Amino acid sequence: MVQVYNISIFTENHIGILNRITIIFTRRHMNIESITASESELKGIYRYTIVVKTTESQVKKVVGQIERQVDVLKAFYHDDSQVVYQEIALYKIPTDTFMNGGSETIVRAHSARILSMEVGFTIIEKTGQPEELQKLFDELEPFGVLEFVRSGRVAISKPMKTLESYLAEM
Amino acid sequence: MNTIRGAEAVMKSLVAEKVDTIFGYPGGAIMPIYDALYDFKDEVRHILVRHEQGAIHAAQGFARTSGKVGVCFATSGPGATNLITGLADAMIDSTPVVCITGQVASHLLGTDAFQETDVIGISMPVTKWNIQVTRAEDIADAIAKAFYIAASGRPGPVLIDITKDAQFGMVDFQYTPCQSIRSYRPHPVMNDTQIQEAVALLNSAQKPYLLVGQGIVLAEAQAELKAFVEKSGIPVASTLLGLGALPVDHPQYVGYLGMHGNYAPNILTNECDVLLAIGMRFDDRVTGDVNRYAKQAKVIHIDIDAAELNKIIPATVAIHADAKDALSALTQQIEENSHGKWLQQFKELRQVEEQEVIQEAVHPTSEALKMAEVVQLLSDKTNGDAIVVTDVGQHQMIASRYYEYKGYRNNITSGGLGTMGFALPAAIGAKLGNPSKTVVAIIGDGGFQMTIQELGTILQAKVDVKILILNNNFLGMVRQWQQLFFDRRDSFTEIVNPDFVQIAKGYAIEATKITEREALSGALDAFLNSKEAYLLEVVVEQEDNVFPMIETGASVADIRLN
Ligand SMILES: Cc1ncc(C[n+]2csc(CCOP(=O)(O)OP(=O)(O)O)c2C)c(N)n1
Repeated sequence: MVQVYNISIFTENHIGILNRITIIFTRRHMNIESITASESELKGIYRYTIVVKTTESQVKKVVGQIERQVDVLKAFYHDDSQVVYQEIALYKIPTDTFMNGGSETIVRAHSARILSMEVGFTIIEKTGQPEELQKLFDELEPFGVLEFVRSGRVAISKPMKTLESYLAEM
Repeated sequence: MNTIRGAEAVMKSLVAEKVDTIFGYPGGAIMPIYDALYDFKDEVRHILVRHEQGAIHAAQGFARTSGKVGVCFATSGPGATNLITGLADAMIDSTPVVCITGQVASHLLGTDAFQETDVIGISMPVTKWNIQVTRAEDIADAIAKAFYIAASGRPGPVLIDITKDAQFGMVDFQYTPCQSIRSYRPHPVMNDTQIQEAVALLNSAQKPYLLVGQGIVLAEAQAELKAFVEKSGIPVASTLLGLGALPVDHPQYVGYLGMHGNYAPNILTNECDVLLAIGMRFDDRVTGDVNRYAKQAKVIHIDIDAAELNKIIPATVAIHADAKDALSALTQQIEENSHGKWLQQFKELRQVEEQEVIQEAVHPTSEALKMAEVVQLLSDKTNGDAIVVTDVGQHQMIASRYYEYKGYRNNITSGGLGTMGFALPAAIGAKLGNPSKTVVAIIGDGGFQMTIQELGTILQAKVDVKILILNNNFLGMVRQWQQLFFDRRDSFTEIVNPDFVQIAKGYAIEATKITEREALSGALDAFLNSKEAYLLEVVVEQEDNVFPMIETGASVADIRLN
């Protein structure tokens, strides 16, 4: 069954490691839905969250091949029910329509917040699941959305051990 | 303080890793290293090849006969890109190789400087690990890691790209060999419960069957394999790269697996009840249609690379372990047995293959010589103990079928990649890696011309390689497929060849061509007895086919005899 999988990868901070990881998806003709990377809770160890839509048998093999890379410490995969995940979106709308249109109630109703307000434009930020971010977009659209950007997903799995305990085993 | 140039640090690091042979080709971006090499001429032998592809195939041949890491040097740009085929070959066939390439100075990186290519990017999918070094002080550590990674776990190729300024830079040299890397665990901890599960399955099996691959050779587990096989009584078949892991004349050895393998071991794959696979990866050339592969069997798969487990064939018990550890543990716990009736089934099918295929192949009634009779006679005359390096095509399959590999690390071929042009340079490396053995390169007339320039390397380095050209004037294997699957439309597979004997003589290599059966034995004697390199061209049947054969997409049980 094809479904969404969240792959979490912990790596050393070496040049080219992202390339090594993405090659594995490319070789299997697998599309990456989203990708984020940043330093983890341990200094010098980087954490990648990669979202793919595929079957479990495929994702298992891909994760095995990722973990085989010399500079990869550990890789896991989880389906959506096993993780808590969020994305962040920024919306830029003209300040005048924003001020005059009562859109503030919309922002509040969506638990979004105003990040910055300038003479010409206002930037709103919302964190949530993709559908929630989209819903806010749809409601802001009548005010004229000048720019809209959504991050990739970050995910934390419910059952996972701490990274440190894995490192200790190694 | 021991302050030296980066280039000298390269040489000292290699010497610290006990490197005594380097295959290479110089050029602008690697000149400082070649300059340093000049001072190490007494400690390190450098073999000047004629093309960088030759350097890496030679390094592969060297690694595979010696069990050491093969080393090669190339310059930036075209020198480095010429290594790519060999890297891909070494990657898929798990061969430990360290390549050092020169690179433009670091301030020029990314600017399309003269002879700059993104070697790190290009080689990434075909290396186990690679690294670019831009500072002299990072050279020793990079080389230490490279050797450790190339040789440990599932071996593979590693590339180090060193910028010219790093080669010229000064460094306080100190070398510490690498013994571990935090993110990399090459030696798996075997799970004893799984071994017990495997033993339980094997002890209760009526028709257990063992498939072995190159993992046995790489783990140096031949003795452990033999002990296990003899205690358990289990029949053993081999993949292409596993040939010789168990001597081919062992009474429990039942043959060679896969597309052009033997009849019995393929058919009975679909009859065994427990299939034990060690150090092999279920390549599609071995399995045929996976949906009709050993479905009746419980599968025990043992491999040092966890990513191979459950990749192609789902395993009942998947054991992540080194072949040597696993075999020792299995032997301790397995019950003594002799599966006489089951072995008899293999023997009966062997008889069928003897009658239908082998008899005519080795004692042909045709006027023209056949590849199989040449290989068979070579096998007899060398007692199955020569190092046989094969190229890719019909002659490779025939050599794998008819050479009786009995020696240690004596089967060298390009298995996973199927690289035409592999054999000649690989044979050069194979000989230098194990100089006491006779090395015979068996090559088709097509593949010979892919790296024919390495005759120059043989000339210059005086390498005693016996070159056996099986000339059918066709790109034979492709022609066979055209005949069988494309209505005999021989699209560009007939090849007009030069006079190979004249060419060899041009390189001062002794050479003979034969066309008649009567001349074969004497010609092989002269070939094998010569003290130097020798080329023997044997003109064979033009449009012959290799059988048995499992057609693409067919099941192993549907192997054709003709
Ligand atoms: C570099 C490369 N190019 C193309 C092929 C495809 N190929 C496989 S076998 C073969 C024919 C080989 O002909 P030859 O070397 O004469 O050997 P024969 O099959 O006749 O024994 C070809 C072209 C290959 N394996 N490698």
